[in-house]
Amino acid sequence: MKPFLKIIKYQLQDLIRGKWILLYALLFFVLTDGLFRFGNDGSKVVLSLMNITLFIIPLVSIVFGSMFFYSSREFIELLLAQPIGRGSLYRGMYVGLATPLSLAFVAGVGIPFIYNTYHTGAFGGIFIILLVSGVTLTFVFTALSYYISVKNEERVKGVGLTILIWLFFAVIYDGIVLALIFMFSEYPLDKASIAVTLLNPIDLARIMMLLMVDVSALLGYTGAVFKQFFGSPLGLVVAVSALIIWMIIPVWLGLRSFAKKDL
Amino acid sequence: MRTVFTALVLFSLIGVGSVSGRDIHVGEDRAYSTLRSALDSAQDGDTVYVHEGVFAEGNIVIEKSLTLIGKGWPILDGKGEGEILTVKAGFFSIEGFDFRNSGTSFIHDNAAVKFDGVRKGQIIRNRFKNNYFAIYLANTSQCVVAGNEIISNLETETLSGNGIHLWYCKQVTVQDNNIEGQRDGIYLEFVEDSEVFNNTAKLNHRYGLHFMFSDRNRYWNNTFTNNGAGVAVMYSRNVEMWANTFEYNWGDASYGLLLKDIYDSSIHQNLFEQNTIGMLNDGCVRMEIKNNRFINNGWAVKIMANSNDNTFSFNDFIGNTFDVATNSRHNFNLFDRNYWSKYRGYDLDKNGVGDVPFHPVKLFSVLVEKNEPALILLRSLFVNLLDLAEEYIPLMTPEMLVDQKPLMSRVQ
Repeated sequence: MKPFLKIIKYQLQDLIRGKWILLYALLFFVLTDGLFRFGNDGSKVVLSLMNITLFIIPLVSIVFGSMFFYSSREFIELLLAQPIGRGSLYRGMYVGLATPLSLAFVAGVGIPFIYNTYHTGAFGGIFIILLVSGVTLTFVFTALSYYISVKNEERVKGVGLTILIWLFFAVIYDGIVLALIFMFSEYPLDKASIAVTLLNPIDLARIMMLLMVDVSALLGYTGAVFKQFFGSPLGLVVAVSALIIWMIIPVWLGLRSFAKKDL
Repeated sequence: MRTVFTALVLFSLIGVGSVSGRDIHVGEDRAYSTLRSALDSAQDGDTVYVHEGVFAEGNIVIEKSLTLIGKGWPILDGKGEGEILTVKAGFFSIEGFDFRNSGTSFIHDNAAVKFDGVRKGQIIRNRFKNNYFAIYLANTSQCVVAGNEIISNLETETLSGNGIHLWYCKQVTVQDNNIEGQRDGIYLEFVEDSEVFNNTAKLNHRYGLHFMFSDRNRYWNNTFTNNGAGVAVMYSRNVEMWANTFEYNWGDASYGLLLKDIYDSSIHQNLFEQNTIGMLNDGCVRMEIKNNRFINNGWAVKIMANSNDNTFSFNDFIGNTFDVATNSRHNFNLFDRNYWSKYRGYDLDKNGVGDVPFHPVKLFSVLVEKNEPALILLRSLFVNLLDLAEEYIPLMTPEMLVDQKPLMSRVQ
């Protein structure tokens, strides 16, 4: 494990030197603090933060991740000349990027959130779900970005592809779901809609947060089905497993390609 | 001897005739040990004091105008069979009793206390526990039902009756009662010119308050919390509702306030908070809905296409998932000078009224209305984009449903 940890350390130094990660944290900090300052209503802040989290984190993780991977190409070649396994190099680079990105998010959102709500203690539950969702999405989309970067030699093509993938999960997927719901409106769709949610990490994170925020609306017919499922221990296990699978599969695919890759 | 006899006759005549009546005491070591024997010998106008103890004497039917006063909460136990007190008298007043276990039945509406044809009656400060129906007023007028505590643990809607049930009544006052765990908290059918205020109804299986065919009634300062389906006002005219609280009515068919075929009524200064649907207007005509607060509901207001000439003004719509939903592309109602927390417009002339009109119906709420499973896409980026596009080029949302003068700050 020694080289793995060392790689993480170098990654971190590199990132901080690059200042991008600090900008990223600052972005969250300014947004969260600004929302608390100008939006007097706490629940509104939570909603806006939720939208921001679901929008920015996947986009930044996947695009920044692949750009970072491409720019580290020489560093990778250099290290692979040393007695270091490709597996531990890849894993080190992955954890070494996803962790600081997550920390930047947690610090950027968390610090203003805590000093704005600690005296009321409100929104504790939604805050934790928000942080967990954000961190998980960071890990999922960084993994995807690395896999795409390994698969594509050309930088422009790779980065373009990551944007496409993000667009798919963030927008297109939901459009398709909406179309399907209207196409199959004659059928009972409760179970199908749960399955559909599990297939998109952004939707999964969104539903988890919705259950905290829009509970009264969601307790209508469809919402009751969701609440029943995701509120139950089984549902929680399924949701968490789905998110973990969403992390593991791209990492595993990436590792496999990286091990075989001709550098 | 003769003078004594005359005196006795005179005395008894006065006794019978006097309005104040005699005092009769019931209880252990009192003149009467059973309630039934005391009531048998009581005369119109008497006051019957019932002292501490448990009285399980089956169904007692009273046809005399009496005042019953419980001292130290005497318990009248129905033992789960039939009715407890059935009153068919001109005047009747009952206070301070603890009624328990009137019998569940699928044929008879067994009540703890039933008034049948009573004029000027009172049911005040009693306790009711696990009764099928607690208080039942039929063909009754000018009665007061006040300060009663009604609680039932009966599990389902079919096993429990209504807390306070009024049928064919006039000028009845229902105030300061707490009702919990019944089928309907307060039920009014064919009731006119009555008042319902300062009551609390919570955790009832069906409606906290249920109006049917009841014109010219007023209700205010009531709190309806966490009832199976909220409050329903149906097929009535000239109903006034103000300063009530409708909250935490959650569920598939759950409403803060369900209005069905209501005409010429007013809804002022009520609070609708955290209901699945704050207010449903189904077949409502000429309603004035003013100065209410709708906070954090799933749907603040749903208006069906069969509602028209209703006015929504000076209401606060804050943090609702959907502010207004409708099943029509047309609109025959007026929205004027409400505050909408979703409003993004500006106020250049600083007159407190936004310069850009507000369309409270979003495309997504139209989609959900058509096909409810679409709700899973709530707050997704795709849906936000759709709503944004619809705002600029309305295709599916009712263009006419618009607040031309949205307020910049809260009214209340």
